[in-house]
Amino acid sequence: MNTLMYLIPIALFLGGLGLVAFLWALKSGQYEDLDGASWRVLDDGDGKPEKK
Amino acid sequence: MSCCAPGTEGALEIDRAGQGLPTSEELWLTSRSLGSGLRQTDLSVPGVHCGACISTLEGALKALPEVERARVNLSSRRVSIVWNEEIGGTRTDPRDLARAIRARGYETHLFAPGEEDSDQTLKQLVRAVAVSGFASANIMLLSVSVWSGAEAATRDLFHWISALIAAPTLIYSGRFFYASAWNALKHRRTNMDVPIALAITLSYSISLYETITHGTHAWFDGTVMLLFFLLIGRTLDHMMRGRARSAISSLARLSPRGAMVVDADGGREYRPVDEIKPGEKLAIAAGERIPVDGRILVGASDLDRSIVNGESAPAPVKAGDTVEAGTLNLTGPLTIEATAAARDSLLAEIMGLMEAAEGGRARYRRIADRAAQYYSPAVHLLALLSFIGWMFVNGDLHHAMLVAVAVLIITCPCALGLAVPVVQVIAAGRLFQNGVMVKDGSAMERLAEIDTVLLDKTGTLTVGEPWLVNGGEIQPAVLSTAAGLAAHSRHPLAMAIHDAAQLAPVIEGEIREIPGAGIEASTEAGIYRLGSRAFACGDAGQASGQSEAILSLDGRELACFRFEDRLRPFARESIEELGRLGLSTGILSGDRAPVVATLARRVGIERFKAELTPRGKVDECAAAAEGGHRVLMVGDGINDAPALRAAHVSMAPATAADVGRQAADFVFLHQGLNAVPMAIETSRRAGQLIRQNFALAIGYNVIAVPIAILGYATPLVAAVAMSTSSIIVVVNALRLKAAAGNVAEATSQRQAPASLRPLGSAP
Repeated sequence: MNTLMYLIPIALFLGGLGLVAFLWALKSGQYEDLDGASWRVLDDGDGKPEKK
Repeated sequence: MSCCAPGTEGALEIDRAGQGLPTSEELWLTSRSLGSGLRQTDLSVPGVHCGACISTLEGALKALPEVERARVNLSSRRVSIVWNEEIGGTRTDPRDLARAIRARGYETHLFAPGEEDSDQTLKQLVRAVAVSGFASANIMLLSVSVWSGAEAATRDLFHWISALIAAPTLIYSGRFFYASAWNALKHRRTNMDVPIALAITLSYSISLYETITHGTHAWFDGTVMLLFFLLIGRTLDHMMRGRARSAISSLARLSPRGAMVVDADGGREYRPVDEIKPGEKLAIAAGERIPVDGRILVGASDLDRSIVNGESAPAPVKAGDTVEAGTLNLTGPLTIEATAAARDSLLAEIMGLMEAAEGGRARYRRIADRAAQYYSPAVHLLALLSFIGWMFVNGDLHHAMLVAVAVLIITCPCALGLAVPVVQVIAAGRLFQNGVMVKDGSAMERLAEIDTVLLDKTGTLTVGEPWLVNGGEIQPAVLSTAAGLAAHSRHPLAMAIHDAAQLAPVIEGEIREIPGAGIEASTEAGIYRLGSRAFACGDAGQASGQSEAILSLDGRELACFRFEDRLRPFARESIEELGRLGLSTGILSGDRAPVVATLARRVGIERFKAELTPRGKVDECAAAAEGGHRVLMVGDGINDAPALRAAHVSMAPATAADVGRQAADFVFLHQGLNAVPMAIETSRRAGQLIRQNFALAIGYNVIAVPIAILGYATPLVAAVAMSTSSIIVVVNALRLKAAAGNVAEATSQRQAPASLRPLGSAP
């Protein structure tokens, strides 16, 4: 019983962390272009930092 | 599909790239200001489909000095560009952006703003799915501990934690169902959401009561899991519609957004179409569309009126002629006087006809709604009966209540809610990969039911572009001279000559285009003229009935080019395929009868009706419907739009007029007509799988409901039964992906030559 007192909050916290991470990813547009992302990973670019 | 080859751009392609591109004023009007001199423009690029396309396009755009950022979205086939209003003190011409895209060999269009509303709902739904997924995973963890033997105080603790997690989830994720159920009840109807809302509320309340009274069984896991599965179904349904909507709206708009208005004192101002009043003077450059109905004051030109009357040959116009909104001004600048405001123009008139012609789609009820109509009263009755039954058997209110809730949870249309959207999303995805876009799921259900296909001629069975038929009989040297002249014109016949020639030499000398007549070049060899017989040779000659162009040197005929409208790729094969699918076919055309008859023979269609007005086409569709037929209408022009709306279901090519595309349920992007049988086959297959899924879901209920009524359904049984049935339904839907995958590959291989052809024309 004692172990449960901290294991359950930890489990809920970790699960919540996953949820927050997902919601953040959704909000920041990570899921906007899934088809494009799978191609972009193969793009080597020109080795220079992205032009801002 | 063959991949795009970077670097296929031809110098002369760029030369005429101006045609069809949005004007810089339109681009300014539709771009969004981001502040500090930056503006954002979103353009649709339907041709992108792989990684090489992304880097080609982004590279080309970022190379422009005015571009800050450019990002291609491959899923929605769009590119979003952030650019500086001014660079080095000069105002940026946003047309350069579109031109840069076109120069790489990609089509690009504007799309209508304000189509992003559905995105918001989708985001809310996805968030709700995430929250309910989180909640059901955690509650399930606690429930498993209870099932595996947690006792007394520990069990109560677990139940309490579950209740605490479930309560906010029901409010946050369940609101979609509560809102929809409430809406239905308010209008004294019932839908699928009524039993859902009732089941989750009742099961939560009874579980809370059990928790307070230290009971053994709580249904928190079942409640939240139900919500999770149902939300997935809802989200998928929404996603498909949202995707199709954004893709369709991303295509070209044929009615311009504005026009250059000339004041009495000669000043010019670019104004949105809605603000143009009758009597105002408008300047229309070559290559622009006429924004409102009007009368020509100054100038002569050729007008492409194909979207109005379906006629592919351009008509010469001169001062005093009337022009319709939406027609394309091909060769010379015009000044017109507006005779009607945009809302009274021909376009608007046809829109009115369309609204009156609500056809099968208004009466059609979705399969899921039809199922819900019988399903939800049956479920409520069943739960009520088992409650009353148990009250008679042992008079134990508490036990009877528990059984009733178990029945409600078990029968909740979990698998039923997934049965339709999963299949339709997969089918729509397959269609999208094959270049067919679906507006909504009901369109696919309706397409599976049709027995008759009616097709328009110009632009649907044919490409709507002239094609040089006697290119082989003409000496190559003469042909290339003609091509050199033709490169200076946007007239479709000139473009056809240019496409047919292997190379187009640069012709030295003074070259000018005489609107409504042809092209004239004064060279050392003499005066070359390319155009109508009267213009080139000076005599009217006899009309051959076919469209033709003459090349002459000092009034002496060198060659006569004859043209024909080219059939759409796979037209004949597609008609045969439709016959094999057991569908009868027919042509509805606004063109003259002999032309239609020839074409009907060529593609193998027996029934045809020619010289039909837009209303005539609607009447034909209505007559077929009265005869008990369900009609698929395939058409592209504005004159087809009312018929597209009146038919049971409709399809339009992506090259169709804006209203045509708006009216159609399906839009196909590729040139080939084989998209039509492909879409029908996929829809039929999807319909089959939906019925199978219903059978599976009902079969599950037949087994599970007696268990629940007899009182043996514990939360564990409910959880296992619910998830298995949902998984079975999803797996069954995935079979469509496996089956349709082969179709996709087969058609894309067959389509490769057709898609390569336009690139091959570059010298």
